[in-house]
Amino acid sequence: MSKHTITLTVNGNEFTREVESRTLLVHFVREDLDLTGTHIGCDTTSCGACTLLVNGRAIKSCTMFAVQANGAAVETIEGVAQNGDLHPLQEGFWEKHGLQCGYCTPGMIMSAKQLLEQNPNPTEEEIRWGISGNLCRCTGYNKIVEAIQYAAAKAREGQTEAGGEEASS
Amino acid sequence: MIPGQFDYHAPTSLDEAVALLGQHGGAKILAGGQSLIPAMRFRLALPEVLIDINGLADLDYIREAVGHLAIGGLTRESALEESAAVQSRYPLLADTARVIADPLVRNLATVGGNLAHADPANDHPAAMLAYNAQVVAHGPQGTRTIAIDDFFTGLFENSLADDEILTEIRIPEPGAGAGGAYLKVERKVGDYAISAVAVQLAMSGDSVSAARIGLTNVSPVPMRASGAEQAVVGQRLTEEVLEAAGRAAAAECDPSADLRGSVDYKRDLTRVLTKRALRKAAERAAGGTS
Ligand SMILES: Cc1cc2nc3c(=O)[nH]c(=O)nc-3n(C[C@H](O)[C@H](O)[C@H](O)COP(=O)(O)OP(=O)(O)OC[C@H]3O[C@@H](n4cnc5c(N)ncnc54)[C@H](O)[C@@H]3O)c2cc1C
Ligand code: FES
Ligand code: FES
Repeated sequence: MSKHTITLTVNGNEFTREVESRTLLVHFVREDLDLTGTHIGCDTTSCGACTLLVNGRAIKSCTMFAVQANGAAVETIEGVAQNGDLHPLQEGFWEKHGLQCGYCTPGMIMSAKQLLEQNPNPTEEEIRWGISGNLCRCTGYNKIVEAIQYAAAKAREGQTEAGGEEASS
Repeated sequence: MIPGQFDYHAPTSLDEAVALLGQHGGAKILAGGQSLIPAMRFRLALPEVLIDINGLADLDYIREAVGHLAIGGLTRESALEESAAVQSRYPLLADTARVIADPLVRNLATVGGNLAHADPANDHPAAMLAYNAQVVAHGPQGTRTIAIDDFFTGLFENSLADDEILTEIRIPEPGAGAGGAYLKVERKVGDYAISAVAVQLAMSGDSVSAARIGLTNVSPVPMRASGAEQAVVGQRLTEEVLEAAGRAAAAECDPSADLRGSVDYKRDLTRVLTKRALRKAAERAAGGTS
């Protein structure tokens, strides 16, 4: 068995831990760091409940070893709200009823986060394509799509406001 | 499920990686991990040592070279989707990249791993067979190129030596009158193909001057539909010729019955997809986008 010391940032905080080489990133995040917002929904890399961002890219953390994240910047659902304010995506899921049981929601939000960072103004088709690695058993997806559209509109609004303020100051 | 125990090495240069492979007999290369880790979680794979090549950042590139497109072995599937060169000049590859797994898997999965895994269910083997690609391998003796026709040797088996790393894939630049297409039918978005057909052809006037056709998930080893190729070369793509090509592909493939369908269904789907992919490739050839 080999053990490795890894150092990484998770939601901006640096952690150094010893891990077994076979420890999956999702188990590391949930069990070693106690960040249980990232879920496990399958054994076959199919469901996306475990989605988080590694260096800005949404990946399935059940299919990456924790040692591979050495030196990386990881972002989980716990890091999405800033200073107690919900992220536009979280607000969108709230406003548009983008969840029922909520099991898929952290993964959905992390996938949507990468999508909106790459493409702030996605079409409905692009949203559906962007979350096609995340399964939801409850909503039928329509409300999730609406939640992401809400977040995209909200983030754009925020940007114009900020831009407007800058221009007037 | 949790994989078995293994030793882990993360080399930072190609030579170091090759040396590590030489030192550890039972070692496996870890690239995107999107085939290997699922297999390890089911303990279908129990490697004693993993050599993680994700630190070899200089194997991650897409370059237009003289006469071919060079794709580094560690290039992620998502980079193909984002590449202007691929999207504009290699439509068969662009079609393929879009339908491999889902966006989360594509953020990690590599083109080199997709080929090296030699899984007939994977989509790149058929596409690269149709393109007549070359695979570049690096080992202790240096670098060699392998024609794609010689690359797949069995189910999950390729012609790389245990201490060789797939470093590059070269796709010949499509010439004038060339066109390509990949058509796949899957049970749901992100799934492996029930059947899929890759076509790369060249038209000379109204008739087909050259064609290569690769098939996905309808044989134990990734295969070309040579009978279907012969049915179209030198011909105009009339309905009769397309039907003959489709029937040839249906006859020469060798699917097995599973949850994705019966043998007859998969053969018939292969017939239909062969016809449609040929038609689409020819339309693209006529439209000027290779
Ligand atoms: C849910 C899911 C759905 C999928 N659907 C599809 C699909 O529809 N179509 C499809 O084509 N694929 C699909 N895949 C497979 C995916 O594309 C894999 O990523 C790919 O088959 C392997 O690439 P990898 O980089 O992840 O390789 P790894 O899993 O890291 O490695 C696979 C094998 O190749 C070897 N290897 C890797 N890189 C090299 C190299 N450079 N040189 C030598 N040997 C190497 C490894 O040792 C290992 O034996 C799916 C995967 C998942 C999890
Ligand atoms: S837990 Fe289902 S994809 Fe990771
Ligand atoms: S809200 Fe229940 S799985 Fe999506």
